[in-house]
Amino acid sequence: MNGGADAGQSAPPLIELVGVTKTYGQGAVALQALRGVHLVVHEGEFVAIMGPSGSGKSTAMNILGCLDVPTTGSYRFRGVAVETLSRNQRALLRRNYLGFVFQGYNLLGRTSALENVELPLLYRGESPAARHAAAHEALAAVGLTGWEHHSPAELSGGQQQRAAIARAIVTHPAVLLADEPTGNLDTQRGREIMDLIVALNRDRGITVLMVTHEPDMAAYAHRIVHFVDGRVESDIRQPEPA
Amino acid sequence: MLWNTLLLALREIRRNLTRSFLTVLGILIGVAAVITMVTLGNGATAAVSAQISSLGSNLLMVRPGQRLGASRDTAGAAPFKLADVVAIESQVGQLSSVAPVVSRTVTVVHLANNWSTSVVGSSNAYFSAGSWKFAAGRMFTEAEQQTGKAVCVLGETTRSKLFGSENPVGSAIRIKRFSCQVIGLLVAKGQSSMGRDQDDVIVMPLRTVQRRLSGNQDVGMLLVSVRDGASTSQAKQQIEALMRERRRIAANEEDDFNVLDTREIAEMLSSTTRVLTLLLGAVAAVSLLVGGVGIMNIMLVSVTERTREIGIRLAVGALEREVLLQFLIEAVVLSSIGGLLGVLVATVGSIMLAQLMQVPYVFSLSINLLAFLFSAAIGVVFGYFPARRAARLDPIEALRHE
Repeated sequence: MNGGADAGQSAPPLIELVGVTKTYGQGAVALQALRGVHLVVHEGEFVAIMGPSGSGKSTAMNILGCLDVPTTGSYRFRGVAVETLSRNQRALLRRNYLGFVFQGYNLLGRTSALENVELPLLYRGESPAARHAAAHEALAAVGLTGWEHHSPAELSGGQQQRAAIARAIVTHPAVLLADEPTGNLDTQRGREIMDLIVALNRDRGITVLMVTHEPDMAAYAHRIVHFVDGRVESDIRQPEPA
Repeated sequence: MLWNTLLLALREIRRNLTRSFLTVLGILIGVAAVITMVTLGNGATAAVSAQISSLGSNLLMVRPGQRLGASRDTAGAAPFKLADVVAIESQVGQLSSVAPVVSRTVTVVHLANNWSTSVVGSSNAYFSAGSWKFAAGRMFTEAEQQTGKAVCVLGETTRSKLFGSENPVGSAIRIKRFSCQVIGLLVAKGQSSMGRDQDDVIVMPLRTVQRRLSGNQDVGMLLVSVRDGASTSQAKQQIEALMRERRRIAANEEDDFNVLDTREIAEMLSSTTRVLTLLLGAVAAVSLLVGGVGIMNIMLVSVTERTREIGIRLAVGALEREVLLQFLIEAVVLSSIGGLLGVLVATVGSIMLAQLMQVPYVFSLSINLLAFLFSAAIGVVFGYFPARRAARLDPIEALRHE
């Protein structure tokens, strides 16, 4: 599942957007968020998505995260056209291949870190023992050993985001989708989170798609995609990842 | 998954304990009301049947006038005479006794106590027809009945009002202007099915009452006791035929008397209490429905409050039906807790109320089970709409929800 960066040329790419458009509303009030996006991401890449607000980067993330479907065009995940899948099939895709990290952490309140991390496993029908083991392992990987039984309110912002990352990687996803993961953190905490994400990308081969508006954070990625007016304006490979 | 969902639901309920309790209260009251009403109703029905069977199941009451005489003039119907009693005794077979009954309400006095009660003039047949037993003393002698002597047998209530804790046998009581010797005391029977105190009575020989109280030869009612194993309906037909003949009623005229079978009364009364029970249960069931609306309301609030949580669940890959199930189970757990507590409250409540209302407590497994299952079903029905709303949320919108 976690193929290297050299995933074969013959196999379909991990992610492929072909002429994707997204229109909200109809008629005169229709809003075109995406106006024909082409993007290919291979296994193991670390891609930062940048752009001013309203440029369509969030819409693109929603589509890449299988939370939404294109109005026209096609999104192929490992060759599968996501827009042809049902709502439940897309949920299964998220469950098995995707991990989400949000700007606002989005942990369940009044629920321990451990239980938060176990949540995705719950829906995969894993046994309590397997869930515990995997959640402990994921929390250890993000450096939260010893904080398992604290609720989000008892954790700092950085710790909450670490718990959220643990929740995202506990299922060993192919892709980590991070939406402004450092947006609510100070620079120091932000860098720690970025280091963690880089390590996950490097050591576990998880493909990372990250939306950010901070060039400092985007600098951690292999590749920076700029969105302007619902189109990809530039797609630059970093010569030397930070 | 189901077990986890159940635990999750319980945790949610605990998280909002006050709100959950208030929601549960609606169902609790509904279930408790239904069970209590039906249980008390069943108790009342049982009490009625017990009373009727204590009266004797093979008793016929013959009275002048039409049975449902509201629209007809029954006042003019001629009263019976003692000769009617003799005629029935001699011409209708399979009877064990025929008792004439004349009753008057009078005030009786003993020393400083006075009490208004009903005096029944009859024969010894009255005691056997009404299944009366003697606690003390004796029945009337032939001579006392023939001469209309001033002797009487007291019911338990009359005794306690006039004599307190004393034994009345051998004492004399005063009725109007004559003195009457107490020769017997009846064993208490308690309330009749119509709520009348059957022990509030004084029995005297027929002739005594006719001479000293009513002042005529009329007999108000006949109590006919049919022999065990014999057909009451056949006896009823024979009595009707005989009385028509004696009262010279033409073939095209209607009876100016009626013969009531106690079994018919029993059936009539118990069907009445059954209908009342059903009605009360139905009214209570409406409150259960109102409780269901309360559950729906709380679940809708809960879904709105937890929109972001639902978004997170959907994002990590929860299927629509898994979210639906989660909220549905929460609603069912809430309503089932209400149902369970309702059963407990109803059990305690109906035992206490049964005591207060003096009806027997009759435990019915079926109504308890039915009310509980109904409460769970209410959780499903009223929880479905909020749960579906939760399941159909757009994860993007839900995650953005503040």
